[in-house]
Amino acid sequence: MKYLRFVMTNLKRNKTRLLFTFLSIMTAFLMFGLLSALKIAFSAGADIAGKDRLLTLHKVTFTQPLPISYGRQIENIDGVEIVSHQTWFGGIYKDPRNQLPLFPVEPEKHLQIYPELKLLEGNLDDWVSNRQGLLVSKSLADRFAEEWKVGDRIPIQTSIWRKKDGTNTYDFDFVGIYQLGEDLDDGGMLMNYKYFDESRAFGGGTVGWYVLKIANPDDSAQIAKEVDKLFENSSAETKTSTEEAFAKSFAGQIGDIGKIINAVVSAVFFTMLLVVANTMSQSIRERTGEIGVLKTLGFSDSKVMWMVILEALFITLISAAVGLLLAKLFVDNADSVRKYFPIFYIQQKDIVVGLIIAAVMGVIAGLMPAMQALRLKIVDAMRKVA
Amino acid sequence: MLLQINNLHKDFKRGKETVHVLNDLSLDVEKGDFLALMGPSGSGKSTLLNMIGGIDRPSSGSLIFDEVPVHDLSEKGLSQWRADHVGFVFQMFNLMPVLNAWRNVELPLLLTKLGSKDRKTRSLAALDLVGLSDRATHKPGELSGGQEQRVGIARAIVTDPDLLLCDEPTGDLDRKSGDEILDLLQALNEQQGKTIIMVTHDLRAAERAKKVLYMEDGKISTTRNI
Repeated sequence: MKYLRFVMTNLKRNKTRLLFTFLSIMTAFLMFGLLSALKIAFSAGADIAGKDRLLTLHKVTFTQPLPISYGRQIENIDGVEIVSHQTWFGGIYKDPRNQLPLFPVEPEKHLQIYPELKLLEGNLDDWVSNRQGLLVSKSLADRFAEEWKVGDRIPIQTSIWRKKDGTNTYDFDFVGIYQLGEDLDDGGMLMNYKYFDESRAFGGGTVGWYVLKIANPDDSAQIAKEVDKLFENSSAETKTSTEEAFAKSFAGQIGDIGKIINAVVSAVFFTMLLVVANTMSQSIRERTGEIGVLKTLGFSDSKVMWMVILEALFITLISAAVGLLLAKLFVDNADSVRKYFPIFYIQQKDIVVGLIIAAVMGVIAGLMPAMQALRLKIVDAMRKVA
Repeated sequence: MLLQINNLHKDFKRGKETVHVLNDLSLDVEKGDFLALMGPSGSGKSTLLNMIGGIDRPSSGSLIFDEVPVHDLSEKGLSQWRADHVGFVFQMFNLMPVLNAWRNVELPLLLTKLGSKDRKTRSLAALDLVGLSDRATHKPGELSGGQEQRVGIARAIVTDPDLLLCDEPTGDLDRKSGDEILDLLQALNEQQGKTIIMVTHDLRAAERAKKVLYMEDGKISTTRNI
């Protein structure tokens, strides 16, 4: 700790250089944070997918509905434990720009199929028993925190499902806030299918897709085959796959975003590594005489080396922390982005990874100049001073 | 006896040629001595000072400091030995420009186990001793050459070393400032009992020492008591 002040003071000796280095690294980590959130936006489906869950969709496109009677037939297949269904509601709150991923589901079965669903606020019984009950994901609840409180009545319009009374506004009781597991957020909303089905003017008795919970994930391929065979040559043929495979193929429609993001981030970090290493080398070269003096005073070679590494570590860690903090602030307040990507947030894991990358970058960038300092002979250094 | 130098050799390679900078040099230094090393450029004064201070190693010969064979110490051992026993005063002062006066003086104390309060107390006391307590928070750029050298001396004595090595301490100062520095070194020798070895080209500076050693061709050619 006693060397910390000296290290910090050394960092500040060339304020312009410090500022530019800080800004470069900070921007890189700001980008890292934003891209991590974007990666989540594209891959969240695969992250929350369970290995023991299958999805059965219309073979042509997932926007085509399936008859509700399929559920009972699927339930009879060996290895299928629970069958439930979901439908795309197409919710809008107040303004068409506020698009909401709202899904009519069967509450009791949904909770059985998604045991990782964790209620952060409110009461699950209210959701199961209240036909107009609405569960809201944490990210959406945070987004509308100023307008929505648990217990409030919320009117939500739909762009698809006109009601029997000719209107397109459904009223809901906001009964709870959920997330999946400890850190996952699907950015959605869940309503009771019964309320949806009895209110809509058309499409009654159909569902969007089925979610199957199976006893043994190893049987997923066999069960998927059996399900699809069951409805072969019917008016609504099906395509069954694991939840993960579906989410991945959905994300894959717009390219392998994860790989693209990783490539961009790696290139940025490599460039940053060179920038920091170059800055530190320059800084150490300018201080050759001072390093000689430190060694003359009794600072050992290794002590001087660690002080140089500490300096590089400091600049990378502080800049990265500020960059990640700014990214978090931006993402937390990026409601306009969330309209298009409902699941848009930075995972704590990614912040930790960012800081680890910064630390590794600091050590590697500091290593070369630190070795310069380590190898520097006092007599050579002092000759340069004279 | 504080320091015994026996048959010291230092050779440098310059291309294919070997240059003998120190040539079978022997010297005894008593505790409380104040030696001035004089001689023409290239005579080996600074090299000898570097050997005594443990910042360069002899090609052969021995250097015994208070029964410690300095020539045999490892790099780490040498660093610790310098921190514990030697204070350096440089011609160009060599203060850290980013640190203020007392933080510069504090530097050698960072290598001790002293806490921050004690380090500050001792640094300020050393500055007081050299008459610069009112400039403690000034950075080197805000001090005159003479004041910078006083800070340099405060830094050299703050750990209370047995030996002070001064490499042309007045070489970069005007006459008045130079005299003040020499007064200070003399006082440290006479009142605090510090052993001082000073390289100088300046006769007036050498006259402040108790003994003047003339070097030529890597050897001590003449010794004169003052």
